[in-house]
Parts: sequence; structure tokens; C-alpha cells
Amino acid sequence: MFKLEKRLQPSQKWSSATPFLAVAGTMVFGGIMFFLLGIDPYTAIRIIFWDPLFNPMYADYARPQILIKAGPLILIAIGLAIGFKANVWNIGAEGQYIIGAIFGAGVGLAFYPNDAWYIFPLMVVAGAFGGFIWAMIPALLKIKFNTNEILVSLMLVYVAEKILVSMSLGLLRNPEGGGFPGSRNLQYYDAAANRELITGTGLHWGVLFASGLICLMYIMLNKHLLGYQIKISGQSQKATRFSGTNPSILVAICFGISGGLAGLAGLFEVSGPSGQISIDFNVGYGFTAIIVAFLGRLNPIGILLAGLLMALTYIGGELAQFILGLPAAAIQAFQGMLLFFLLAGDIFTNYKIKLTKKGGTT
Amino acid sequence: MTNHNLMQISAITKTYPGVIANKNISLNIKSGEIHALLGENGAGKSTLVKIIYGLIKPDSGTMHFESKFYAPNQPSAARSHGVTMVFQHFSLFDALSVAENIALGMDKPPRIKNLSNTIESVSEEYGLPIDPRKSVGDLSAGEQQRVEIIRCLIQDPKLLIMDEPTSVLTPNEAKTLFKTLEKLKLKGASILYISHKLEEIRLICDTATILRGGENVGTCDPQLESAKTMAEMMIGRILRVPKKKSSTTSEIALEVRALDRAPETLFGTHLKNLNFTVNKGEILGVGGVSGNGQDELTNVLSGESLSKKNSIKLFGKPIGNLPINNRRLLGMLTAPEERLGHAAVPDMTLIENAFLTGKTGAGLLSSNDFIKWSKTKEFAEGIIDKFDVRTPGPHATARALSGGNLQKFVIGRELIQKPLVLVVNQPTWGVDAAAAAAIRQALLDLATLGAAIIVISQDLDELIEIADRLITINAGSLSKPRLTKGLSVEDIGLMMAGTGEQWGQEINV
Repeated sequence: MFKLEKRLQPSQKWSSATPFLAVAGTMVFGGIMFFLLGIDPYTAIRIIFWDPLFNPMYADYARPQILIKAGPLILIAIGLAIGFKANVWNIGAEGQYIIGAIFGAGVGLAFYPNDAWYIFPLMVVAGAFGGFIWAMIPALLKIKFNTNEILVSLMLVYVAEKILVSMSLGLLRNPEGGGFPGSRNLQYYDAAANRELITGTGLHWGVLFASGLICLMYIMLNKHLLGYQIKISGQSQKATRFSGTNPSILVAICFGISGGLAGLAGLFEVSGPSGQISIDFNVGYGFTAIIVAFLGRLNPIGILLAGLLMALTYIGGELAQFILGLPAAAIQAFQGMLLFFLLAGDIFTNYKIKLTKKGGTT
Repeated sequence: MTNHNLMQISAITKTYPGVIANKNISLNIKSGEIHALLGENGAGKSTLVKIIYGLIKPDSGTMHFESKFYAPNQPSAARSHGVTMVFQHFSLFDALSVAENIALGMDKPPRIKNLSNTIESVSEEYGLPIDPRKSVGDLSAGEQQRVEIIRCLIQDPKLLIMDEPTSVLTPNEAKTLFKTLEKLKLKGASILYISHKLEEIRLICDTATILRGGENVGTCDPQLESAKTMAEMMIGRILRVPKKKSSTTSEIALEVRALDRAPETLFGTHLKNLNFTVNKGEILGVGGVSGNGQDELTNVLSGESLSKKNSIKLFGKPIGNLPINNRRLLGMLTAPEERLGHAAVPDMTLIENAFLTGKTGAGLLSSNDFIKWSKTKEFAEGIIDKFDVRTPGPHATARALSGGNLQKFVIGRELIQKPLVLVVNQPTWGVDAAAAAAIRQALLDLATLGAAIIVISQDLDELIEIADRLITINAGSLSKPRLTKGLSVEDIGLMMAGTGEQWGQEINV
């Protein structure tokens, strides 16, 4: 018989070891899954984890792509992690990402074909504002009516997707697009384009923002009163009140930050790699960022590494689809395993296993 | 009748990683005696009774019950031998009736109707009036305890274990309980009685076994000992009783007028028209049975819940609508009852927990709200030093501390900030005798320095020991204040009129 016994102090060792164990566990069980699908597991895992970085055939294309994918993931995950630490569950970053992109692109397109310098900065502000506004809906409903923020924020993703479709077909449709859905491509509109800053690296404004925010988040969480309030409200409601923190304001702050950052990510994506508002603009960054936030232990440095790792599995997964004909669902299952093993491993941070023997007393 | 042994416990040892909970403990419980088990927190009392009740298996040692080998591997095995237990925390379902609750605890429950009849006859026999059809949610704490006791009595126990039974009772309810125990004893059953309250052990127990640090340090006859000598056996050294010297002045520090506050939660208590004052240098005691509005009163005084502006005045300044941090800045501090989860966050370190209330009073924040961690660490170390908090260091998490040490920390955290007005709820709840004496002395010292202190407590002896004046709280209303000098526990019991009285009256029927 096994028994779980709560540790007096959470184990630091386990806390930092679990992400690595989770990656290892995912490789083993993902490998088994690939094997059952009739694919050589060693090759599949090599293609997912190794080839995008080091195989000269693919690396030139894949390395910049990793940054391009990691940028929005990290940006969104930072915001989510702040909320998760405070027990504020924003599951709708995907929706805030879409609305941010629509607001930002909308502002840019409104100026078309003007090429003033201030257009892109204005779009950045509008993108963040769009995500912020969308996140305020679940936040205010929670504060006023104590609704469940998980459900409301999640449902608003589907509302946002409908708005996206409506925008691609209506208001933002490219008048010179021959009737096809989708807006003008911002990559062809210099004043509004989020270009690669150094050619061949994938580094764009979004990636730069994400790196800066990692430092800011680290300082805020560890040195600032707000970080303390976030931490305490994630642990005990009564103690939060006793510390003099207003829980409602904290909910609004957490949703505001995570929504704003998701909106920013949407804006950098629509003005950069994606280029246009289209029906299928969103590809699930808002949901994958939840995995990134937890894989990174809700810790800024951890999120940086987790974001890069997750981007790697995306790119590697695409390669595997392309080379081995691996189904896309298998890649998603692979990513899901990562979160599963991580959460399972977390048990050992707070608990230890004890063997109990059955039988009489001596 | 009292000469043969009902239970013999020999050389029981139980270790947990890093601690020896029970070390080679032997004791005999005779038939028909009330046997007290005494000891500080962490002395190993709970472990021992859990072993007897089959909840924990000992590492070594044997037990004999009625001269037969006894090693229960689960509580139902213990019950089948006639060993039952009433826990400190009730395990009852509010939505179910008394009879249904009792049926749930039985291995082969009879039909509810038959059971109800049995309950009625048992409750009559022992003077424990209860209606088996009433739902448990509607009962007072004292009545709920009666359900727990009847649940045991119905199984005709030979040994009844009781863990701190009077902690939830008024003095009158406690008296009725003692009568029940006497009746049970006359029928030949034995009782193993765990309590912190030494006076009550002297009153009802025939033998007392004292545990210290997991070892049996002696058995005595409580009738022949004083509370002080037993306390000294428990802690293993001379006990210094706090010295009370009133330092009350005539200057009003805190004034509460017509304070009315509706409850925030469904089951909260409505505070009705509260009026009282506390002077500088005075300790005002608030007595009463738990659940009569003590938590609500603490919150409304601390600023966790707000009230009308003029209902609370601090040195003449209206503060009823000021939130908790503003009150802290004005020098009014609070130490709530619940150590883990309210006064302190279990998984945070002592440094972080020190910051929780120290941020305002001890100047631990920079002007733009950055935390001065090194200063916070010094602040935490100051509390640990000054109040003798036993901990590996300020980096330990709050839940790693024993109850008494954490209590010293959370009370010390407020005391060290030299408050002008301090509100404490249950300052020594579940704290061993030595730590309790230290906390009381620290409160008295603070009053001598001129602070006004409100002590909310269910421990009447404690209130008599340190309070200058006393009021009692019952169903959200306060009694008139009386000078503590000359009051007896019985007088205070009478001040707490209401639900608490019913038990005492009903048994005269």
C-alpha cells in the first residue's frame, strides 16, 4: 500500500526537477504512442526535438520560427501566470488575443495608406487595450455577481471567434481582395508592419516585448507589494483580507494584465507573422500558453524556457507531420502529455510517498 | 470495583520521521475510574489515544484489554471491544437528523424508528436531553457534543475516550457533562479524559497520567495536587504565573457606540447595538461560547469588515469605515483567532508572514511600494528572539511550526509594533501552559505601557487572570461590563445567558 504524506516544507528539489522529469516522461510515453501509430519512435522524437535546432536541412527555416512561435506564447503566459498565482483563472486568453489583434489591425487599417511613424505605436496601444477590455468582462462579472471566471472567460473565446469571422467578412475585409475573406495584409503596409528586426532570426517587436516583460514580472513578483498581494491571495482568502488587500481590485488587476498582454500578442502576430485578420487567424496560442505558464512553474525564467520548449514541439511537430505523416492530433496529445506529467510530478513537491505495510502490530 | 485493571498499556512506542511521539509509554486504566491524560501540546496525548482507538498502529509495545491481547487495526475493531471516543472536532452532518447521524456511525444500524427510541431512553438515563428527530444543523455546540456522546453511550462502552470535551461548553453545560460522566462511572465504565483545564481535572478525575515529550513522567492523584503542581509536572519546570497589576487610566482609547453589523455570510452572527469603551492601559475581556459573534466582532474591530463611520472611535477619531491598513497606521492592531490561514499563511515563510501585518507599522515598504526584504527579515528575527519562537529560522514556513510557537509568532508580530489598541481573539487557544503564561504576561506588559487591549476568549480562567473588566457576548449582543475583581467562573457563566443555560435548566426536569 502507498500513502501520500504532506511534507512540512515543499521540496525545492522536486519543484525544479519535475519539468525535466515531465519532458522525459513525455518522450517515453509519446514514443510509445508513436510506436503504436506505426512510426519509429526514435526518429519521431529526433525530428521533434533535435532536427529543428541542429539539422542543417531544416535549422535555417526552423530556428527563427521557434522565436516567432515562442514570442506570443511567452507574452500570454506571463500574464496568465500572474493571475494563476493569485487564484484568478483567466482561461480565455485566446479570445483576448483575437480581440487585441482586431483592435490593433483596425487602428492600422483606419490610417491606410498614410505612413506616419506613430501608426505602429498606436496599434500597439490599441491591441493591448482590446485584450484588456475583453478581459474586463469576466473580471467585472466576477466582482459584481461572483460568476465563475473560468467559464465566462472561456465562453468569450467563442464569441471572439465569431467577431473575428464577422470582421474578416465585413468591416475589415480587403476592398481590393476580390471578395475573399480577410483584411489587407499589413506586411505590405510599411507603417503598420511588425517586421523582423534582424533578418533571419525571427526576432520581432513581440519577442523583444516578451523578454522585457520577463524581467519586469520577476521584479514585480519578488520585490513589489503587488507581487506579495498576488502571492498571498493565491493561498488564503482570509489572510488576504487580513493583509488589507482588496480581492476585487486584485481580480481586476490580474485580468487586466493578462488580457492586455494577450491583446499585445495578438497585435504583434497580426501585424507580423500572420499579416492579416482572417477567419482562421487564431491558432490556439491562448490555450497553449496555459501549458507554458504551468510548465514554467508560474515563474518568469521558467516561462521563458517553457515557451521556447513548447515552440520547439510545435515546429518539430510540423516537421514530423511533414516528414513522417504523423497526424496533427498526435502532436496535440504529445503536448497534452507534457502538462499531465508536470501536474502529476507536482504531487511530489508537496507530498512524499510512504510505503505502509499491512499486518498486525509487533 | 475500582481495583482491577480494564486496560494495560505496556511500553508503547511510536515514531514519526524526526519525532518520537510516544516513547515507551505504559499505563493502567482501572475499571470505573475517570483517568486524566495530561500534557502540553505535542506531548503525545493524541497519538496515544489514537493508538488505543485503532487509528494508528504503534511501532512497538502491547495493549491488553480485560486481560486479553488487544491490537485494534481500525476504530470499528476498537468499538467491538467496547472502546469508543468523542473527538474534539465533531464529525456530524448538519443536514441529517440526530438519529440518522448516530446510525451512520454504527456498524449494523437498526431501523431509525427503533434507534430513536433507544436514543431517547439513553438520553433520559444519563440526563442528556435531545430530540432524535431534530436536524443537527439546528443544534448548539453543546447539544452537538451530546449527540457525539450518545453515539458512544448507545454502544455500551467499557472505555470512553474524550478529547478536550469542555472546550466548546459553557460552565453550566460542563457541569451537566460531569454529572453524565459520574453516572457512567457508577455503571462501571472507565473514561480516559484529555483536557488542558487542570481545575476541571481536579474536580472529576480519579487518576492523572502526565505525558511530557512523549514519555510518561508520572501518575498522580489530582485531588491531592494543585493545578500549579500539575502544570509544573507537565512542563517540567517551575511555572511563573503572570502578575496582574491594573494599569487602567481614565483616558478612553477606543469607544464603540451603537455598532450594528449584519453578517456577511449565511451562517454569520448579526452584531446588535454594541456599546463599550476601553481605556488606555486597560484590558477588557470578552467572554462567551464560541460562535456567538466573536469572529464578527474581531473583524469589525480590525477593519476587515467595515461599519458606520461613527460607530467606532479611536481616541475620538471616527474609524468605523476605515479599512484594516488605515487602522494599523493609526496604531490599532488585531490578532485573529485562526493562526493558520487567517493570521498567517501556512505555505509562506515567517519572513513573508511577518510582512503581512508589519508592512505598515514597522515601515517595511519603500515609498513606491517596493518591499524591504532585508528589513523584513530583521523584523521577523526580532519577533522570533523576543517571543522565544522555536523555529529552525525565519525561512521556515508557518505550517512547519507547532501551534504554540506559531501563536507566539502571530501575537508577537502585533506586540512588537507597540500598538495603542490591540484586539486579540483566543490568544492562547491550543497553546501549552508555559507558552500561554508567556503570552498573557506579554499582554499585561503591553497594558502597563499604556495600550488598551481587548481580549476575546472562551477560557474564563484566562479572562479572570488578566482582564480588568469583563463583558460577555451572546448571539451578537454584549452584556453590561463588570469589574473582573471578585468575579467567579460561576458569575461569568450566569452573565452568558442564553443557549448555554438551557442545558443546565433542562436536566432539572
